Amino acid sequence: MNNISDTVSVILCGVGGQGILLGSEITSVAAIEAGFDTKTNEVHGMAQRGGSVLGQIRYGKKVNSPLIASGEAAALASFEAAEAIRYAQFLRPGGLAVVSTQKIVPVTVSTGASKYPDDIEALLRKVFPRLCIIDAAGLAVKSGNIKAANTVILGALSTGLELPVDAWKRAIEKSVKPKFVELNICAFEEGRKAALAAQ
Amino acid sequence: MKELLTGNEAIARGAYEAGVKVAAGYPGTPSTEILENASKYKDSMYVEWAPNEKVGFEVAAGAAIGGARAITTMKHVGLNVAADPLMTLSYTGIEGGFVACVADDPGMHSSQNEQDTRRYAIFAKIPVIEPSDSQEAKDYLKAALDISEEFKIPTILRSTTRVSHSRSIVELSDDIKAPKTADFKKDPPRFVPVPAWARGMRLRLEEKLAKMSDAASASPLNRIEWGCRKLGIIAPGIAYQYVKDAFPEASVLKLGWSFPFPDKLIREFAAGVEKLLVVEELEPIIEEHLKFLGIACDGKNFVPAIGELSPDVLKQIKAAYEGRVYSAPKPVAEAAELPARPPVLCPGCPHRGIFAALKNFDIILTGDIGCYSLGVMPPLSKMDTILCMGGGVSMAHGMQKAGNTKKMVGMVGDSTFFHSGITGLLDIAYNKGTSTIIVVDNRITAMTGHQDNPGTGKTLMGEETGVVSIQELGKACGIKRVRTVNPYKMKETYDVLKEEIEADEPSLIVSVAPCPLHVAKRVGSPKKILQDKCKKCGACIKVGCPAIEKAGNTITVNEFLCSGCSICEQTCKFGAIVENI
Repeated sequence: MNNISDTVSVILCGVGGQGILLGSEITSVAAIEAGFDTKTNEVHGMAQRGGSVLGQIRYGKKVNSPLIASGEAAALASFEAAEAIRYAQFLRPGGLAVVSTQKIVPVTVSTGASKYPDDIEALLRKVFPRLCIIDAAGLAVKSGNIKAANTVILGALSTGLELPVDAWKRAIEKSVKPKFVELNICAFEEGRKAALAAQ
Repeated sequence: MKELLTGNEAIARGAYEAGVKVAAGYPGTPSTEILENASKYKDSMYVEWAPNEKVGFEVAAGAAIGGARAITTMKHVGLNVAADPLMTLSYTGIEGGFVACVADDPGMHSSQNEQDTRRYAIFAKIPVIEPSDSQEAKDYLKAALDISEEFKIPTILRSTTRVSHSRSIVELSDDIKAPKTADFKKDPPRFVPVPAWARGMRLRLEEKLAKMSDAASASPLNRIEWGCRKLGIIAPGIAYQYVKDAFPEASVLKLGWSFPFPDKLIREFAAGVEKLLVVEELEPIIEEHLKFLGIACDGKNFVPAIGELSPDVLKQIKAAYEGRVYSAPKPVAEAAELPARPPVLCPGCPHRGIFAALKNFDIILTGDIGCYSLGVMPPLSKMDTILCMGGGVSMAHGMQKAGNTKKMVGMVGDSTFFHSGITGLLDIAYNKGTSTIIVVDNRITAMTGHQDNPGTGKTLMGEETGVVSIQELGKACGIKRVRTVNPYKMKETYDVLKEEIEADEPSLIVSVAPCPLHVAKRVGSPKKILQDKCKKCGACIKVGCPAIEKAGNTITVNEFLCSGCSICEQTCKFGAIVENI
């Protein structure tokens, strides 16, 4: 019999163009490296043009649905500050939320049609009891290149999941170009360190 | 070897492993990546982007009637375009395996409707195969080819967004079948449906349907997973995966070959359980058939027929079915007043120039399907109707002939012009219309992720080819006023629009500028706003560029996002926007 309870679900979110797809790939490859059956789902097409983007990853002994139920995700990582809130209902009680400090202000805010929350940090703290706000861009620069910001977030995310660090590193090796492996592993470790210190 | 593949990658791999000789289609989310990935195997498989789904379908039909294995790919609405050949290919049948890979979009993530392709399979009287994950996407494509050849009938592999775009682990086969080349055997009574022969084909088709129903009952694509006999659930396609999570205890009849309905298997399953529930996405197709067979079941009285299924929806179904009340955790986004983040035209998009110029005219704009559909969103708010590909051209003409008082302008993209805009333009010229048609030619099929088309000079096989001229095509259709504009030059664009909109005869404006995302470079130097010159009038904001940001009362240009197209610069009356040197 399939058992839903042994399947672990992870949410990645942000804005189209932020690299959710690569983040999702690394996370799912890490799960496969750890020996799990894995399914993922990401948004394609129209929704990508600067829109809000959701990536879903599920792993376990045998995974059925590629989609996640509300209140089920063990961890959520958001590449953009406010987007974490859009998908907060997926996180289970006690689940870890990793949120980048990066803000991307949509056109609807510039035109006055909607509003970006004034104090996003306060809002995040209200919504997520177990929260790790992370300066992903800053830590990526510290690792050598701002482009590794996504891997910083994955490093922080890894503290909320029980996948071995080695599996993550192998996943990075398999998913990024050889010349960026060292940079990304360094960024991953920075993110992991920052998240462990914050919890 | 095992790999993590999307459903679409797996379908392409299946085509390769099964020795498909020809793969043709037209891009459309969520189907596009099937053919893109099939092109990886171009050493053994011929792949092409056809100008539209009808052509792609016919290319594959020709290959299959010739005796080679062939697939065609499209999204659900693409099958409407290909419906004409579909309805008769079922009569003639094929020789080599033929699979139309059609991807439905329940929930309309990237589509204008959510029609259920299974209805087409029943309408055309051909088998429909429904995978539920990537491994099945690959295996079932191969099975569909085998079924096609066994019964000499075209088949449909029906995917959905969550099958096409989910990744799961796929076992790759080393057993690669060499593609068979076409070797057409002349047989007019078989392949020429003139009425006398078509009547015979009609009878043979019904005989095939009866045989296929038995084959479907015996097929490993359909299987019973006995669990608790109190409840039996019938679940085709992706619904199976949701059902396994939500009802782990129930008996399940998994349908992978859902039409012709496997009546024997359905009756066996129904007889083995106390209560029966059909969980299917969109239309109540299996449910209707059960009722036709006289088998009592629940279905759409619990399972929504609108929108896609999901684990949350399944929880609601289960609770309702068991007479419980279930309320899913509510999104906190609304309460938090999160900013809306709809898709928008990218920074530097040439379509923005045309829309910004069109804002000066009191016209009706009948639009089309593509990135420029986003011109309907505020602050551009310039598109008035969208129906289907090519529809904006003909609809402008119809509204003009109906005496609409405002000037009619139709808009179409380069790829959609080739798809089905040409015939509309021909109609305007032939029937003496006065509409202005704008082709927003960004030199690529952009919305679906940059596919080549007859205007780009490249094929899906990666070869150089001729470039068709939209202007010359317009002239050949009989349009005398044919103009070309650079949409980044706003004054010039405005002047041409004014002349053509005011003209009392039909005209074609081709707005040419390559998609900056595709050519992967900025249009120009990034801009900045001189705060001492900025009067806060907001004119630049009204061009709807994501690179222009307003915080409090201060408007700035995000230098990382800015593509340097200068449309905001040309819009500013106060010279406050300049190059950021």
